[in-house]
Amino acid sequence: MIKFILKGILRDRSRSLLPVIVVAAGVFLTVFLSSYLSGVFSDMIDLSARFTTGHVKIMTRAYAENQEQMPNDLALFNVSALKSELISEYPDMEWVERIHFGGLLDVPDENGETRGQGPAAGTAIDLLSSGSSEPERMNVRKSLVKGSLPANRGEALISDDFAEKFDVSVGNEITLFGSTMNGSMMFKTFVVSGTLRFGNAFLDRGAVFIDILDAQEALDMNDASGEILGYFNDREYNDLKALSVKEKFNAKYSSITDEFSPEMLRLVDQNDMGQYLMMSENVGSIMIIIFVLAMSVVLWNTGLLGGLRRYSEYGIRLALGEEKKHIYGTTILEAVLIGIIGSLVGTALGLGGAWYLQTYGLNLGSVTQNMGMMIPTVLRAKISPALFYIGFFPGVIATVLGNALAGLAIYKRKTSRLFKELEV
Amino acid sequence: MENSSIIKTENLIKRFPVGKTDFTALNGINLTMGTGEFAGLVGPSGSGKTTLLNIIGSLDTPSEGTAYVLGKSISLLTHAQSAKLRNHHIGFIFQTYNLLPVYTVYENVEFALLLQKMTGADRKKAVMDALEWVGLTDKIYSKPSMLSGGECQRVAIARSMVKRPEIVLADEPTANLDSKNSHHILQTMKVLNRELKTTFIFATHDEKVMKYLDRIISLDDGKVVKDEILTAEKY
Ligand SMILES: Nc1ncnc2c1ncn2[C@@H]1O[C@H](COP(=O)(O)OP(=O)(O)OP(=O)(O)O)[C@@H](O)[C@H]1O
Ligand SMILES: [Mg+2]
Repeated sequence: MIKFILKGILRDRSRSLLPVIVVAAGVFLTVFLSSYLSGVFSDMIDLSARFTTGHVKIMTRAYAENQEQMPNDLALFNVSALKSELISEYPDMEWVERIHFGGLLDVPDENGETRGQGPAAGTAIDLLSSGSSEPERMNVRKSLVKGSLPANRGEALISDDFAEKFDVSVGNEITLFGSTMNGSMMFKTFVVSGTLRFGNAFLDRGAVFIDILDAQEALDMNDASGEILGYFNDREYNDLKALSVKEKFNAKYSSITDEFSPEMLRLVDQNDMGQYLMMSENVGSIMIIIFVLAMSVVLWNTGLLGGLRRYSEYGIRLALGEEKKHIYGTTILEAVLIGIIGSLVGTALGLGGAWYLQTYGLNLGSVTQNMGMMIPTVLRAKISPALFYIGFFPGVIATVLGNALAGLAIYKRKTSRLFKELEV
Repeated sequence: MENSSIIKTENLIKRFPVGKTDFTALNGINLTMGTGEFAGLVGPSGSGKTTLLNIIGSLDTPSEGTAYVLGKSISLLTHAQSAKLRNHHIGFIFQTYNLLPVYTVYENVEFALLLQKMTGADRKKAVMDALEWVGLTDKIYSKPSMLSGGECQRVAIARSMVKRPEIVLADEPTANLDSKNSHHILQTMKVLNRELKTTFIFATHDEKVMKYLDRIISLDDGKVVKDEILTAEKY
């Protein structure tokens, strides 16, 4: 009997082609979009990890509370001792110091008089030690427009926008004004070694990058740092691991009563990243629910149309002594077969598309350039094992559900009514 | 019921709801038919011929009265029982052939036996026998769309006969055929009727059909108005 039904499906394209196309399209969209969205979310998570949150981040409790004010007077102390303990306690992680500071960037003329001035958003990272992973992590090298990375103390990178605006060239001197950790006046002159453009307004606004040692010296932050970021060596954020690291660290070092004690936060504890992670994990299920509902309705209708066209066939089969129940059963079986075929096609196409995005990406740099948000400029998809079934099973289920609903119309019809359709 | 009667109706009434009232299509039919009859229901359009065939074929049920087919009351059959009755004991032939277009001649004939779950070798033999009766063994792989009307109707006869039913119900089987093809299929059916003792019941307007009938039952307005047995003069 299955053979008989299969022959019917394969030979009667009106019975199979449209449903197969509908299912394949739906499955394709589910697979492709969910791979794409989880790619976007995981890129956002990745960007955030690199630039702001780390996989975990250590600050003093007080610093954490006022983070956006960059309160370096509340920075961590005895950082090198803390770091060496971290390194031995968490050997599969890398720990880096960063200092954020605000101030004024002053461009002097040949007489030392101010030629131009603008607000500076300073970031100090390890630019100079050999083998430092920070320039790569923050995309500094790729974002160079002119010049080169600092090779010596006393050199700085500034935003290309700023350089253009005040006509600063590589090799010129600039002066940073600000306040030290203790609140006294700070000013220090740097030689511009290069200019940067990240293609993101948020990062490009008055950015100044200097080496962490220069910052510690200028800001009176000897062996102190605003934050210490921790990264898993495999570069993937893993929430379970992060949680256990955080709990272990906080139990040992953190004290609720001491606002200068260090506290560790996971990536998801910061900047609403938890929401994005949740979305990236649940995007599959959300897509599936939408998909199953929408596809079922579409297939219900195609099933109804198909059923109308096939009333005479059902009449003949009734006359030949097939039970209505059995006819209904075979239409469901047909739906299963069509669902399988369509879902296989759709899954294959979806994976193909996802693979393309994962491998080559889709560069939307020109579109996102002027957006203030931290979103990735190259769209990428992420292929996960789930993609092999998140489209497939819903595809089959939707087809069966749609046809089961459509079939009810036939089932409810009286035998004599169906048979009537035979008469001309 | 007497031994040889395989169909018997007692005061059979069939009403169809039409709007708020009922339309009486069959109005007290009393008929008995025996094994091996070659009988026809004749009468003007709307006289109830098809309605009566459908009830005998257990595709519809009486509103009042009873119809016994092979000793069973149609009104009392469950869905499964009436399907089984059709599958094993009753064949249908229609004016418009009603073959399944996506299947080949062979598959169309085979279908009823698939439903019976007959095994492969037996099934093949039965299908080939049936196609031999109607002279179509050379067209087994053809699709209905490739056949002439006469050939289609012969496939339909093979399909109805392949399960060797006791009764074949033929509703205007010649209405779409020319005279040559009409005679051809009527002769085929007559032979099968004699050799296999299958009871044939026609519903027809066609004079050509009437010439072959052993018994002509005239219906008008849902009533039997005449019932003539013509066997004697033919043998
Ligand atoms: N399902 C139905 N609902 C309402 N009326 C019906 C239904 N089926 C048949 N009738 C009516 O019952 C009457 C008998 O119909 P039937 O089809 O049996 O006639 P018939 O003798 O076969 O006619 P024809 O020679 O045109 O085929 C007709 O008046 C028809 O309109
Ligand atoms: Mg009729």
